Amino acid sequence: MTPATHSPEIGSERRFGPYGGRYVPETLIPALDELEAAWSRLRNDTTFRSELDGLLTNYVGRRTPLYLATRMSAAVGREIYLKREDLNHTGAHKINNALGQCLIAKYMGKKRVIAETGAGQHGVATATSAALLGLDCVVYMGVEDMRRQGPNVQRMRLLGTTVQPVESGARTLKEATSQAIRDWVATVEDTHYVIGTAAGPAPYPALVRDLQRVIGDEAREQVLEIAGRLPDRVVACIGGGSNAIGLFSGFMDDEGVRMIGVEAGGHGLDSGQHGAALTSGVQSGVLHGSLSPVLQDHNGQILEAHSVSAGLDYPGVGPQHAWLRDTGRAEYVAVRDEDALRAFREVARLEGIIPALETSHALHYVLHEPAPDVEMEIVCLSGRGDKDMAHALEGLEELEGPDFLKHDGHDSVAEPLGEDPVADQQGDGPQDGAEIR
Amino acid sequence: MSTEETTGTTLRGGAGEERIRRAFSEAPGDAALVAYMMGGYPDLETSRKIARAYVDGGADVVELGIPYSDPLADGPIIHAAGTVALRAGIVVDDVIELGRELSPDVPVVLMTYANLVLHPGAPVFLQRLADAGFSGLIVPDLPIGEEAEDVMAACDAVGLAFIPLVAPTTAEDRVREVRQAARGFLYAVSVTGTTGERGSMAEQFGEVVRRAKASGGDAGDTGIPVGLGFGIATGEHAAQAVAAGADGVIVGSRLVRAAGDEDPVASVAAVMADLVSGLGR
Repeated sequence: MTPATHSPEIGSERRFGPYGGRYVPETLIPALDELEAAWSRLRNDTTFRSELDGLLTNYVGRRTPLYLATRMSAAVGREIYLKREDLNHTGAHKINNALGQCLIAKYMGKKRVIAETGAGQHGVATATSAALLGLDCVVYMGVEDMRRQGPNVQRMRLLGTTVQPVESGARTLKEATSQAIRDWVATVEDTHYVIGTAAGPAPYPALVRDLQRVIGDEAREQVLEIAGRLPDRVVACIGGGSNAIGLFSGFMDDEGVRMIGVEAGGHGLDSGQHGAALTSGVQSGVLHGSLSPVLQDHNGQILEAHSVSAGLDYPGVGPQHAWLRDTGRAEYVAVRDEDALRAFREVARLEGIIPALETSHALHYVLHEPAPDVEMEIVCLSGRGDKDMAHALEGLEELEGPDFLKHDGHDSVAEPLGEDPVADQQGDGPQDGAEIR
Repeated sequence: MSTEETTGTTLRGGAGEERIRRAFSEAPGDAALVAYMMGGYPDLETSRKIARAYVDGGADVVELGIPYSDPLADGPIIHAAGTVALRAGIVVDDVIELGRELSPDVPVVLMTYANLVLHPGAPVFLQRLADAGFSGLIVPDLPIGEEAEDVMAACDAVGLAFIPLVAPTTAEDRVREVRQAARGFLYAVSVTGTTGERGSMAEQFGEVVRRAKASGGDAGDTGIPVGLGFGIATGEHAAQAVAAGADGVIVGSRLVRAAGDEDPVASVAAVMADLVSGLGR
């Protein structure tokens, strides 16, 4: 295996082992060169750094807590810390990258940004950042995802972004990304493409990782403050892999810290319906500008992924993860749809935190896979689950029938109280000290 | 024709490059006509007839596209045609067979995205193309540099011309690099954008072709011809490309749109007639 190659002048990775590269139309090569040069300059530029750090602190709400999840810990008999990226503005880690890239765009003199989105989290984060920084914004979204994620479509529109429906293929994230790249090919001179995950052509995998490593850097600092020691392992879910690579980066040089990425097992790896490009051992191929493991048929046509969570429903994966797998530095596992759905409910009830369905894959893994050698670990709680409510409850009902929300044998909606005709007429609510439970 | 004679030098792209160069230099009228088709669109049998209409209508080179799941460089017409072909079950082998049938009559270059080449491995894939009589290869997501190195070497090894692209955004020194890597012809992209028909862009043609030819006087330059493509749809556009100095014009979306008409062969023939008249034939 060849070692990671660096672009000669600036030291930003173009390849991770054999993975990565810039498999894009010639039209985009100058823009990738320009972005690579801009990032190598800006990441050490004090004005840029202080503006970004100020926004992350005062606008996004960093640093996010590292929370010892006591009831989860008690349930498994080891300490589980949650890195609370769900408490960021817009509700997920996506804003770390979107805001950073929009600020880079502004420093590069670009007036317009475009993005792709699946569940809408990256789209909302980009729309939010564009509103804040006064940039024009277009977000590409498959019409199937628009149907499933109506509230996020409305959020983006409210924020002043144009949502561009994508009709091709399965009308989900893969097609939205392809269409965003086609837009960029035509508008590259005044437009920056804000890719949402640590994939795509170089320098994006390295750039997105650099912007997300705030997760891992903070978590490392916090765990040393709180526990006085490093964790035995760190765990995160992986679609393209941006929250995972952000967390892992903080611990990359700590050899005693194991790193575990949890992919979407969908209906199971044998079913062919999953989003587990790393765990399933598929061949590498080119998707959206980089070479990395990707779900494909025997001719090399890219296949659609499947996951209950839209954010993991992607046939490829970031190239650095592929290299971390090959070198053995990180391990990758897959968790099925139904297990993620149950972990969604379980963590809500154990900790009073409704996690994103994406995150629920990682949470199932720490709650239910035995880990006798682990005394303490950190899980990236990458996002909150409000966006998934309808879809997750529907999925749980399909799995378990109408009683899926019963808790300790009790119904989750109590019997109505008796009517109070007088109160109803006056609109005053219950009288005589009665409470509604 | 403005293409320089290529005799006396060994062409790196072997027999395939030789055949493409000859097609350019021997093209009647003002420039060569490179006609793109989506293999298997609207169906395999019709696409055979369309290929025949291209040859009869004066195509000097046929650029044969393989339908692909994620065609990043293509605009809506070619993307949609590829989707129709994929849904109809067209696979890579079908398109290679089309090329095999066509290649005795006209040089055929395959237009494909990188993953279809890399999936079976470039040497294996390219040997199959060479065995089927193909002359060249265009891969729009394989830019010159380390990404393309192995595929270029594998093309040279089996006598296929690797045809790279330059864009309006490509810097001058990189244009020189791409031109020097080109075998067969240099594909000059006329606009910053994806494939597709556009209104008049004649004012851009001159600059694009000038840049593509700028390094022509360099020592070791192979006198590679320049084909201009993206957005050329009519005889008038073709004449403007010639006036800008192009050695060939490449027409895609307009012909693919015609292939989707009710009588595809007649529509394609009409478009071809318009194009060749624009080329002074």
